[in-house]
Amino acid sequence: MGVVLRYEGTSIIAVLDGELDVATVPRARTELEAALIKPGMRCLILDLTGVNFMDSSGLGFLLGRYRWCMENGWVMAVAGARAQVRRVLELSGLTKIMPVTATVKEALARVGREKE
Amino acid sequence: MKENEMHLEFPSRPENVAFARTTVAAFASQLDPTLSELADISTAVSEAVTNAVVHAYPEGEGPVRIYVRLAGRRIMIEVSDEGRGIADLAAARRFGSSTRPGERMGIGLSLIEACMDRVEISSEHGTRIYMEKTLDEQRGVADE
Repeated sequence: MGVVLRYEGTSIIAVLDGELDVATVPRARTELEAALIKPGMRCLILDLTGVNFMDSSGLGFLLGRYRWCMENGWVMAVAGARAQVRRVLELSGLTKIMPVTATVKEALARVGREKE
Repeated sequence: MKENEMHLEFPSRPENVAFARTTVAAFASQLDPTLSELADISTAVSEAVTNAVVHAYPEGEGPVRIYVRLAGRRIMIEVSDEGRGIADLAAARRFGSSTRPGERMGIGLSLIEACMDRVEISSEHGTRIYMEKTLDEQRGVADE
C-alpha cells in the first residue's frame, strides 16, 4: 500500500496503490489525513488506478474521507477503479453517494463543476 | 475435476487477511474460474476473515480456521473462529450495521452474500461463516 500526492490547482490527487484492507487502511488514512492539512486546497481526488484489491475496510476508508470533505466544505471524487474495486463500490452503494469516474481527468472536471 | 480440499489456520492478525484471500484464490484457480468469479471469492474470504480479525477476540488474538472444498464446479468455504461470537446475527447481516461504527461500514456480511451463491452464518461457540459458489459451467468443460 502506498500513497503519492500530486497537486493541481486547488485539488489534491492522492494516488493509491496496492491493496486496501484492514491491514493497510490505517497507514493510508494517516498519510492522507496529514496531507489534507494544506491551506488553499478544496478538492480531494482519490486515484485508485493502482489499487488491485479493496474490501469493506477500504470502503470505510473512502467514506471516512468523504465525510471529512463534506464537513470541511471540500469536494471529493474517486477515479480509476478497476473491476474488483468497482464491483465493491457498486455493491456498497458508494457510487450513488460520491462521484466515481473512470479517469483522474474526468474527476478533475467533475470536482471543478461541483465547486462552482 | 476430482474433489479437493485444504485447511488453513493462522492467528487473527490484520496482515493475515491478504494471506488468506490470496491463498484461497490460488487454490480455487484449479477450477479455472473467470476473473470476476475469482475476485468475488477473494472479496468474500477477505470479509469473512476481517470479521474474525476485528470482532472475534477483543482481548487480543486467537485462531482463525479456513476449510475449502472443491467439488465439480462448486467451491465451499468455511471460515471459523473461537471468539466471542456475534450477539445479534440478524442485525449483523443488515446492511450498514457495524457494531464498531467509526469507519467500518457494517456491510461485510452483505458483501459476502452478494459475492457468493449461498451463505450460512452461525455463532454459538465462536463464529462460523459457510459460503458456497458454483462457477460458470462452460469453462470447466475443457479440462474434463
